[in-house]
Amino acid sequence: MWKWLHPYAKPERAYQLCVTLQPYFLWPGILCLVAGSIWGLAFAPQDYQQGDSFRIIYIHVPSAILSMSTYVAMAVAALVGIVWQWRTAFMAMIAMAPIGAVVTFIALFTGAAWGKPMWGTWWVWDARLTSELILLFLYLGVIALYGAFEDKQQAGKAAGVMALVGVVNVPIIHYSVEWWNTLHQGATISKFDKPSIAPEMLWPLLIALLGLALFIAAVTVMRMKNEIIRREYHRPWVKDLAARALGDDHAV
Amino acid sequence: MQFDSLQGFLAMGGYALYVWLSFGVSLLALLWVVVDSASTHKKLLRNAREEQARQARIAAARKAQALQSESQQTGS
Amino acid sequence: MNTLINGIFKRDMALAFRQRSELAQPLMFLLMVITLFPLGIGPGPVTLQKIGPGVIWIAAILSSLLAMERLFRDDFWDGSLEQYMLSGQSVAAIAAVKVLVHWLVSFLPLALFSPLLALFLNLTVDMYIALMLTLVLGTPLLSLVGAIAVGLTVGLQRGGVLLALLLIPVFIPLLIFATSAVDSAALQLPYRAQLAIIGAMLMLAMASAPFAIAYALKVSQN
Repeated sequence: MWKWLHPYAKPERAYQLCVTLQPYFLWPGILCLVAGSIWGLAFAPQDYQQGDSFRIIYIHVPSAILSMSTYVAMAVAALVGIVWQWRTAFMAMIAMAPIGAVVTFIALFTGAAWGKPMWGTWWVWDARLTSELILLFLYLGVIALYGAFEDKQQAGKAAGVMALVGVVNVPIIHYSVEWWNTLHQGATISKFDKPSIAPEMLWPLLIALLGLALFIAAVTVMRMKNEIIRREYHRPWVKDLAARALGDDHAV
Repeated sequence: MQFDSLQGFLAMGGYALYVWLSFGVSLLALLWVVVDSASTHKKLLRNAREEQARQARIAAARKAQALQSESQQTGS
Repeated sequence: MNTLINGIFKRDMALAFRQRSELAQPLMFLLMVITLFPLGIGPGPVTLQKIGPGVIWIAAILSSLLAMERLFRDDFWDGSLEQYMLSGQSVAAIAAVKVLVHWLVSFLPLALFSPLLALFLNLTVDMYIALMLTLVLGTPLLSLVGAIAVGLTVGLQRGGVLLALLLIPVFIPLLIFATSAVDSAALQLPYRAQLAIIGAMLMLAMASAPFAIAYALKVSQN
């Protein structure tokens, strides 16, 4: 497996791989997202307690699940980069950070918009919302640290260390916040209790989840291409690429 | 189809604001990421080409200068 | 190895005590922040007792963030950090010594200060004992984890705010467990569980943080 993987540590090969993969992630991802949303919005049955407001679940739950997994994926990439000294792994890590932050923001926003009709306020210090908010802070910290360095090689390593520190903390934060919440809130807030969800509600949810996962992968691949170009500025292959992509009409 | 009419679908059983706000903001956020990534890609390629053209110009100018001083030396 | 560690320890202690004002500033900041709370929220003894543990811990975290920058800054800019790295000794061990010194000079005075803070915020004796225990277990954790981020940002010109952005989310579990221990003490409930969790986090940090600090310094040194 290492023999097969190793050529992709080279930036040019990694770029080619990204180009090949991008359409396979992007279009099925968009298709699944649209299909899952339409199915969920128009065809899934109403929830007998929450009425039609529960339809927010089709964007809220996938984004909440994937915001955590994207952070873990980031930390895995950082670990690979630090242990095996792959430069491309750091590029993959930093490519995931912005989309991860956006997905976390979506989870927070939809959580608030769901909370307003269900709890009566836009924001409550619910355990899951709170740990999602802290996760957003962790993402922003990694992005800010990466942006603070001029030398992107160094920036990748530094952001990688911070991502690893964060990932050790994610479970601790999650459980501490949950425990803090039960301590302070008592039973005033009805949590969404999840009985076994009906299959006609579950299918669109799974499709939307798959769609969002593919979409995140597609954006990661797109941003990774950018990171590679940013660091291989002066190489001839980037010049050829630019000439091909932009057309040679106004070349000097 | 769970809804009888388009109006019913848009009203979302009275939760229109929350449901459409959630989906709208999510759509905008996801769109923004894709557009940002694509436009950064374009910008980077353009920058890369300009930078390399500049380097080429510098190299050419150096060469010309070297040739000129050489011809001056042979001329004198 | 031991002579080097000893030397660094003695040198850093001497340096810290020579810059007394820099040592005292975070403590003054802590005291002033805590003074702000009764003024802003109201001096009712019940309210103060309720918010007291949280206020003390938040103020301690904020003041430590202010002082943390000093940890590797001078050594980085005068080049002694580079010398340590070239010395061939374990950078992790050197980092551990520096963290120890930092804890001794910035958090031990805080612990000595804490009776005054407890008086200001109307804490009971039980709460004060719990507060001391959480400070003793929790502040080394602040130093150890903070040092990783300091190591990463030491080479940056404007690292101050960034350091706070990186560290505040990471310190949230500590804040939760520490304040809840003091709250339990206020209600005469056992708080050994919270202390055990803080202790476990401290053990984890002690085992892994020196290596992370060493790597972070290496990245900064480049």
